Amino acid sequence: MTDAALADVPRPVSEVTSAGKVLYWAGIVLLCAWVLVPIYFLLSNALSSPAEVTSFPKHWVPSFDMGSLQFFLSFGGVLKALMNSVIVAVLTMILSIGFGAPAGYALSRFDFWGKDAFRLLVLMTRAFPLPLLALPIAVMFIRVGLDDTQLGLALVHTTLAIPFAVLITFSIFAGVPVELEEAAWTLGCNRWQAFRKVVLPLVLPGITASAIFAFTISWNEVFAAAVLTVQNRTLTAFLLQSLNVSPLHLRFAGGAALVIPALVFIFAVRKYMFAMWGIANR
Amino acid sequence: MNTRALPYLLLLPATLFLLVFFVYPFVQVAVQAFVGPAGFTTDNVQTMVKNFRFWPSVRNTVLLAAIVVPLQLVMALVMASIVANLKSARNTILYIFTIPLGLSDLAAGIIWLAIFEQSGFLNSMLVSLGVVDKPILFLSYQNSWVIFVAVLLAELWRATAIVMVILVAGMGLIPKEYYEAAEVFGAGPWKRFLKVTLPMLKPSLQTALILRTIAAFEVFSVVQALGGTTLPVLVGQTYDWQFNQQQTGVAAAMALVILAISIACTVFFLRVLRTPKGATL
Repeated sequence: MTDAALADVPRPVSEVTSAGKVLYWAGIVLLCAWVLVPIYFLLSNALSSPAEVTSFPKHWVPSFDMGSLQFFLSFGGVLKALMNSVIVAVLTMILSIGFGAPAGYALSRFDFWGKDAFRLLVLMTRAFPLPLLALPIAVMFIRVGLDDTQLGLALVHTTLAIPFAVLITFSIFAGVPVELEEAAWTLGCNRWQAFRKVVLPLVLPGITASAIFAFTISWNEVFAAAVLTVQNRTLTAFLLQSLNVSPLHLRFAGGAALVIPALVFIFAVRKYMFAMWGIANR
Repeated sequence: MNTRALPYLLLLPATLFLLVFFVYPFVQVAVQAFVGPAGFTTDNVQTMVKNFRFWPSVRNTVLLAAIVVPLQLVMALVMASIVANLKSARNTILYIFTIPLGLSDLAAGIIWLAIFEQSGFLNSMLVSLGVVDKPILFLSYQNSWVIFVAVLLAELWRATAIVMVILVAGMGLIPKEYYEAAEVFGAGPWKRFLKVTLPMLKPSLQTALILRTIAAFEVFSVVQALGGTTLPVLVGQTYDWQFNQQQTGVAAAMALVILAISIACTVFFLRVLRTPKGATL
């Protein structure tokens, strides 16, 4: 902007100088590398033989030796821990959608006394460090015989997932016009039929996405899993408790086993990511 | 079915669930911390405070949050602004930026272990560049500040995505007209960011700060993966009392400390970044 006359010429918002453009894209590449390179390092370690993992210096390209992964999978308790992780995550998924979706539907369709109180309760859960609740819940579970069970842990993970399930399903249901339902009623459907035949097909992809999100929350959770399970440890609990005693290659293979499914899940729900977090604002 | 009762029926399962697994445990955690076999007691609190790791764990946790959250906010604002201006490849870059959001904090710790361990990638790089002759033992108790830095980087890497996603969603809600109007009045890109984006983003900033700060006080697995117990943090100590020492009362007292700090921060951000009623979109 050296020339005052130039400054008065309107320019499109997006116009940037070419030097600025280069800098801009260099920044993008740098940020992408900041995210991706550490993951590459982990996967590279997981795809190296145990001897290569501890050797020095590191090769920048892995040898694609399956030794570490085989060692990990045949290590005592790993397969069981993987199974437990999947079972707990599936239970969490079912429970959080089962409890959350009806609430989301009610919030999107009805005006009723107590609606704000319920919303506040849901939003409040997000302002607290929920995994810490595993401590009193551990005592509670011993009393009712749910201690060290997959269902018990899934119930705690559901507290983590339910606020998301409610808010996400709320926004998904709110996206379906009431008029569609009303049209179905006039054509002779009752409330349940209208819901099943008209609303459900429309919201199914979004519900699936929030179910996957619930699965991921449970799959990734560490503290509650480590506190609440002893015999039925999940993969995260197993890895956490063997951090100090296990060899490096076991840790890296375990880390990769945690990361790869999570990458797939996030990829599957990427379209809904912003619907999920955007609504969390209000 | 009675239409007036229907919404309550639909809300009932979720409400009951939250009462049993959220409200009740909250009361219970205080009971556990302050009630002993002989009624009210402060023994647990005393045991907690007397432990030589207690104050270091408070210091480390608060310091970590105080450094990592502002850094993340700046970085997330940069990333969100970049994404907002993208035309081509927007979705791909957005997906890459959000990847860490879906990863476990334990996985993030192990990922950064691959970089910082003695035969790791940082040492490989330093030796091949000729900066050092032989690999350095970074993650040892002799230089616990390196563990602190490693945890800081891992947290920065892992949890910036969530802040960014909230900000991108918030930026999407700002009407284009505001920018056009600002431009008509001669505001450059930087000025538009300061005078339009930031003020309009206040609700999103508030949400992001609350969520992130609370999560920062919960830092645990990353520390365990990178430093074991060399760098005491609050949740790490809580876990230790609960699992290794089997002192559930003291663990509950620790949990109360974390809860108190978290609530204080939430209230602080709610007040400082308050949006007047009617000023939201």
